[in-house]
Amino acid sequence: MAKIALKVNGNKIEKEVADNTLLVSFIRENLNLTGTHVGCDTSQCGSCVVHVDGKSVKSCTMLAADANGADITTIEGLEKGGKLHPVQESFKKHHGLQCGYCTPGMVMSSIDLLKTHKNPSDEEIRKGLEGNICRCTGYQNIVASVKGAIGKV
Amino acid sequence: MKQFNFHEAKSVKEAVKAASKNSAFLSGGQTLIPSMKLRLSSFSDVINVKNIKDLQGIKVSGKSVKIGAATKHAEVASSKDVKKAIPALAALAGGIGDMQVRNKGTLGGSIANNDPSACYPSACIALNAVIHTSNRKIDAEKFFKGMFETALKKDELVTAVEFTIPEKSAYIKIPNPASRYALVGVFLAKYKKETICAVTGAQPVVFRSKEIEKALNNNFDPNSLNDLNLKSNEMNADIHASAEYRASLVVTAAQKAVINCK
Repeated sequence: MAKIALKVNGNKIEKEVADNTLLVSFIRENLNLTGTHVGCDTSQCGSCVVHVDGKSVKSCTMLAADANGADITTIEGLEKGGKLHPVQESFKKHHGLQCGYCTPGMVMSSIDLLKTHKNPSDEEIRKGLEGNICRCTGYQNIVASVKGAIGKV
Repeated sequence: MKQFNFHEAKSVKEAVKAASKNSAFLSGGQTLIPSMKLRLSSFSDVINVKNIKDLQGIKVSGKSVKIGAATKHAEVASSKDVKKAIPALAALAGGIGDMQVRNKGTLGGSIANNDPSACYPSACIALNAVIHTSNRKIDAEKFFKGMFETALKKDELVTAVEFTIPEKSAYIKIPNPASRYALVGVFLAKYKKETICAVTGAQPVVFRSKEIEKALNNNFDPNSLNDLNLKSNEMNADIHASAEYRASLVVTAAQKAVINCK
């Protein structure tokens, strides 16, 4: 067992986890934050993307023990004072989702993308979201949602 | 994933001491964790090395760029120093996997794994890299032994990679559209005395194409490769590309690399 102390959505957390626990399992099963999804479980689909120290990573491909000392943000941590994050707002406005399963990962990746690219082109947006798969193939509106949030992150 | 003991190593010495026949070093884990989850591999001990201070950082001197083994692909891709000294190396790092893989995956992890389709091995060969490990320095030419096989001993840890700065260079990858691993990747580096052409993805392990090098040493022009037909009998063949197609792609990628060399 590994003892880990970390911050999740601003809350200090100390827990003991089995050494082979994945970060996504820890988030969903130990913290009951089920907004982070497991789509493929093979590091391909990106629906498990969270921010670790401000960078987007696939939480199904990271050990919980490796997150010791980290500052983690999940989709639940984006809302501030009852107001959606600008990227969430833009996904809502541009209908950037169909079934919604991939959406938490799409939103988390989009925020990281807009932090590193202040004014991305359509191509840069599509390239930036390479690690996220939408099996409804609703990419057109997802790209529109990211474009709609330019300058707001 | 099968059970294992997780160790957090604070120094190279500590990491090496914890290593055994049945252990693995964990750096970014972008290959190690998926392969453990699929039970392609399992270990009694997993030793986390990504937080070791000696494995971090990028240093540019007059002749070389030395990158700590735990440096993430995203850090190499966005480093102003790397972009200035060897722009092709920064571009290569920026094209690995996807944004999330680049935020976690590391240089040391990539070359220690030596996937036949990985990008970094071609840069190591073309840029005359020296691989620094916990107890020695290994020339890149002697490091990559075979498919997923390197000169590393079980308790030997890559600590840094030192690349020689060329006059100009380029990396052209023909990616598999799903995985973005290289179907074929060509790293071309032009030095005063010679041009080196390292190819990844095409054979079980990274190699130098002497035919391409000979033609480009005669005349550094994409047209000097026009009539070149590489033998396909040693090329990889799979559902993504036949051996003949890969042989042809190597030449095409090399021509594009000449055009993009800077």
